[in-house]
Amino acid sequence: MNTPQEHSQYKSKILETLLTKATDVIIEDTLENGMVLNMGPQHPATHGVLRLLIHIDGETVIGCVPELGYLHRGYEKIAENSTYHEFIPHTDRLDYLAPLSNNTAFALAVEKLAGIEIPKRAKYIRMIISEMARIASHLVAIGTMAMDVGALTVLLWAFREREKLQDIMDLLTGARFTTSYTRIGGVASDWTPQCTAMLKDFLEHFDENLDEIERLLNTNRIFLERTEGIGVISKEQAIAMGLTGPNLRATGVDYDVRRAFPYLDYENIDFNVITYTEGDSLARYWVRCDEMRESAKILRQCLEKMPEGEILAHDPKNVLPKKFDVYTKMEELIHDFMLVNFGLNPPVGEIYSSVENPKGELGFYIVSDGTGHPWRLKIRSPSFVNLQSLPLLIKGHMVSDIVAVIGSIDPVMGEADK
Amino acid sequence: MKEKIESKLREKFPNAILEVNDFRGDLTFLVDKNSIVEICKFLRDDEELSFDLLVDLCGVDRAKRKDRFEVVYHIVSLKNRYRVRLKVRVDEKDCVVDSVTSVYPTANWHERETYDMFGITFRNHPDLRRMYMPEEFEYYPLRKDFPLMGIPGSLQLPKR
Amino acid sequence: MGLESKFGQSFITTTIDAVVSWARKNSVWPMPLGISCCAIEMMAAADPRFDIARFGSEVMRFTPRQCDLLIVAGTVTYKMAKVVRKIYDQMPDPKWVISMGACASSGGMFRSYSVVQGIDQFVPVDVYVAGCPPRPENLLYAVMEIQKKIGKTSVLEFTDQPLIELPVINERKN
Repeated sequence: MNTPQEHSQYKSKILETLLTKATDVIIEDTLENGMVLNMGPQHPATHGVLRLLIHIDGETVIGCVPELGYLHRGYEKIAENSTYHEFIPHTDRLDYLAPLSNNTAFALAVEKLAGIEIPKRAKYIRMIISEMARIASHLVAIGTMAMDVGALTVLLWAFREREKLQDIMDLLTGARFTTSYTRIGGVASDWTPQCTAMLKDFLEHFDENLDEIERLLNTNRIFLERTEGIGVISKEQAIAMGLTGPNLRATGVDYDVRRAFPYLDYENIDFNVITYTEGDSLARYWVRCDEMRESAKILRQCLEKMPEGEILAHDPKNVLPKKFDVYTKMEELIHDFMLVNFGLNPPVGEIYSSVENPKGELGFYIVSDGTGHPWRLKIRSPSFVNLQSLPLLIKGHMVSDIVAVIGSIDPVMGEADK
Repeated sequence: MKEKIESKLREKFPNAILEVNDFRGDLTFLVDKNSIVEICKFLRDDEELSFDLLVDLCGVDRAKRKDRFEVVYHIVSLKNRYRVRLKVRVDEKDCVVDSVTSVYPTANWHERETYDMFGITFRNHPDLRRMYMPEEFEYYPLRKDFPLMGIPGSLQLPKR
Repeated sequence: MGLESKFGQSFITTTIDAVVSWARKNSVWPMPLGISCCAIEMMAAADPRFDIARFGSEVMRFTPRQCDLLIVAGTVTYKMAKVVRKIYDQMPDPKWVISMGACASSGGMFRSYSVVQGIDQFVPVDVYVAGCPPRPENLLYAVMEIQKKIGKTSVLEFTDQPLIELPVINERKN
């Protein structure tokens, strides 16, 4: 780095992009204090290892180039080298704030590929765990967003609620949050009356506790002024940028995979798709708050409607048999051996299946060649796509607004980097 | 819905639709790689169909097939609640596809990811760089000839 | 033994080493390098229920200059390894490292092309925490182990170490 040539060589491609391609905003009355600011990958407000290269003029953001890949763990390559069952634990670590939801998404995708119909009780258990995951994830989302703009209490109160949910998950699945709970064809263990009691207890106090959390923010002038009108995206832009989930619904589009392409038993459940029309950070926060209430409503209905019965489909070629049968019956032992060693063999074909995750539409595109390993497994991760709109959202705002906007997008880097 | 899309596409692009496939309710069109941008534009702008959301774009390595790579597009019509998959085939020697960023701006990062993982270049892409791997990395990890544990020495660690 | 009774209640005899390491070990300030899933459990360790403040480590500083315990919580990729090393170099001596979780300790379940199979290849690690992710109690135990280790160190231990030469950044010679 001593000669000018070496110095210019050192200029990375990302910096080049920032200086030449991402400057399409023109601000009148420029201060002519152009400067490049590096933020991340280790920064408390980036929710992980997101790196931003920001071009600022004084305090105003002119351009921004996000750099990903600091947590690229090669999921898709790992998936090609493991059986369908082996990949379930990996889905936990995708969106690690809502692992149960990811488990459900992957199991649904494989079931669609192999054509397995699961029992109704398993469907309801999956719905319950998905909604629990949604509440747990949104609690962290609003907590960290509030922390980014300076309100620490919200995070602590949100974590207090989240811990209650994690106790239920602990009891149900055996782990606090890397659960690996679903199996292809059903779920691993049955929903117990104790879980019902704990969930009912949680739901009883949840609404007032959420009100309490909201009261800290809804009339807080600092919070309102730092989020209202910040990071605005219009309906058309949001669709063009491929936003999904709460970020899209905050702009007024009522696209919810639970409604648009119903899976599990969401057709028979009564819930509202929350939309706001402002499209700013504050609207995204409100969508999350209201969605938690809707999730609580769904949970109550699910507890009421949950039927008795089996939790695993009876399909010996595709679904792992019960452990008790494996130890006592010859045929089940053979099936278990074949499934564990060679995996289930779905037909040749390709499917795309998606669910509504807390962050947006989580999709799995699986190409099968008829063997036990997926030929190609593509994860359509919502955080990855949502992050793409970040440069658009923060252009023209102040440096300090960046953290608020990132908090309102709520990316999870485990999922964005795959 | 399925028949409507198919007839409309066949009417508009008689030579570009190579194959239609319906597996487990997923409608797939294999289309000619040179007309992918026009087809996307048509599907987005047609008032009745209005496939306005590009959900996913990815590559597939078919390894032994003549046209080695595939690029797969998943598009959703928010109005009709319908999802369609478009596919184009790409030869290894001529690994170039037209970029659809002009139609769907969200394709930007998806195409960068596909370039990073498969080495498929996209013509007219505004900013084609690697998405995940470091800039100096020379290989394409999701190609089938790339080993799972990587190529030793291709990525450097800092000294202890 | 006997001396204290002569001086009354206001005096205690001890060694400098013991006093310094006693002070050090009860105010370990962590640098929370939350990379992936383990970061959430690290946050949970700081919440009111598990309360890392009981061990004097609640001051999570996000700048390495003010910390003496690096908690690497999460999968470290080759791209991230340089950053981790840089953060470690920026921390003042004496410093300790906890490798939290299976991924940081050994690559864990991610045997793939982009994941470093164990951070001990490029930073010295004092305590490895097992689990994927470890429960908050497990992290608290690791902090206690670090405290034990600090309790045994001598003041002179860190005086002879040569300073690491940091690369000069932002130097322009046109």
